[in-house]
Amino acid sequence: MPSLPPILPRDVARAERMTHAGEHGFDAPVVDPHGAALFEYALRLGDDALILGQRLSGWTGRCPTVEVDLSLANFALDLVGQATHFLGYAGKVERRGRDADRLAYHRDVLDYRNCLLVEQPNGDFARTMARQLLFSTYQKMLFDRLLVSADDFIASVSAKAVKEVAYHEELAAEWVIRLGDGTEESRQRMADGLAWNWRFIPELFDRDDVDEAMAGAGTGTDPTAFRDAYDARIGAVLTEATLARPADQRPILGGRRGHHSEHLGHILSEMQFLPRAYPDAKW
Amino acid sequence: MTDWPLWEVFVRSKGGLSHRHVGSVHAPDGAIAVRHARDTYTRRMEGVSLWVVPSGAIHASDPADDGPMFAPAEDKVYRHPTFYDIPDGITHI
Repeated sequence: MPSLPPILPRDVARAERMTHAGEHGFDAPVVDPHGAALFEYALRLGDDALILGQRLSGWTGRCPTVEVDLSLANFALDLVGQATHFLGYAGKVERRGRDADRLAYHRDVLDYRNCLLVEQPNGDFARTMARQLLFSTYQKMLFDRLLVSADDFIASVSAKAVKEVAYHEELAAEWVIRLGDGTEESRQRMADGLAWNWRFIPELFDRDDVDEAMAGAGTGTDPTAFRDAYDARIGAVLTEATLARPADQRPILGGRRGHHSEHLGHILSEMQFLPRAYPDAKW
Repeated sequence: MTDWPLWEVFVRSKGGLSHRHVGSVHAPDGAIAVRHARDTYTRRMEGVSLWVVPSGAIHASDPADDGPMFAPAEDKVYRHPTFYDIPDGITHI
């Protein structure tokens, strides 16, 4: 077996020079910075929707009543539809021939860019609705701002999705109010559900260089700009639900960089089973 | 959640048509009943407007009274407006 050619000192020196000059290594691929940020941004939008859609579909057939079963299945379908658009777009921007299915079914945990809130376990119905209120309120405010995105595709998907998530937010708020202002047991369950999910809110507003690049280009939006409006909206729902605002906890961050909780691997193993076991399957 | 009351659902399929009864849902109150009706009966663009009515609020005829209620109309064919000569050239009637 032939051995690999040795790494010559001059190659090392060249790589060192380039690194110190603030450039990428000599073997780094050439990337277009705007395209790279847009790919990340589209992945985040798509992965948030995909993972929450998959999570919610776990309720199908198990809801307290058939009507609630349909409500949550409808939410899941709306979200998976949004994911299809955003992941399809990410694949197009990336220009490596990956379509939405390829990105959904053939990436592992470290390559997922969803926020940690959406991968949290469903828990009981109260915890699921608490998570839904916290996420849909954020998503509604995000899409409201992406309606005027300089990127026509993001603007048009947002225009369709904003109506879907407005409904998710309304129904989730109705349930948070009814369970909070309900029986002693429902109240306790809703308080517990909110407390469980509360530590994942700061990540939604944790602006990083991708957010800044996208906001600067007019493609995306700065999430910190609607943090106050978000707190006010959640506060109003909690007041109507006669619930106290949960105590702030140490935030958990990292989903946008691929640092996920143990739960995402389990979600993916179920979601990706079929296309991985039967690569040629069509549906 | 097993003690949720029943609500009758009426859907207007498009502007100008009347609401039609399509079925029923269980829900704890009217606001949630509208949501449940939306998620159960208008998922495929069936409607532009929804009504929900507590099933208990509906006063219905008694099937045992079918005779007195409906039989007397059976032989009153003259109540159908079919005994007029329609002039030529009149459409949409």
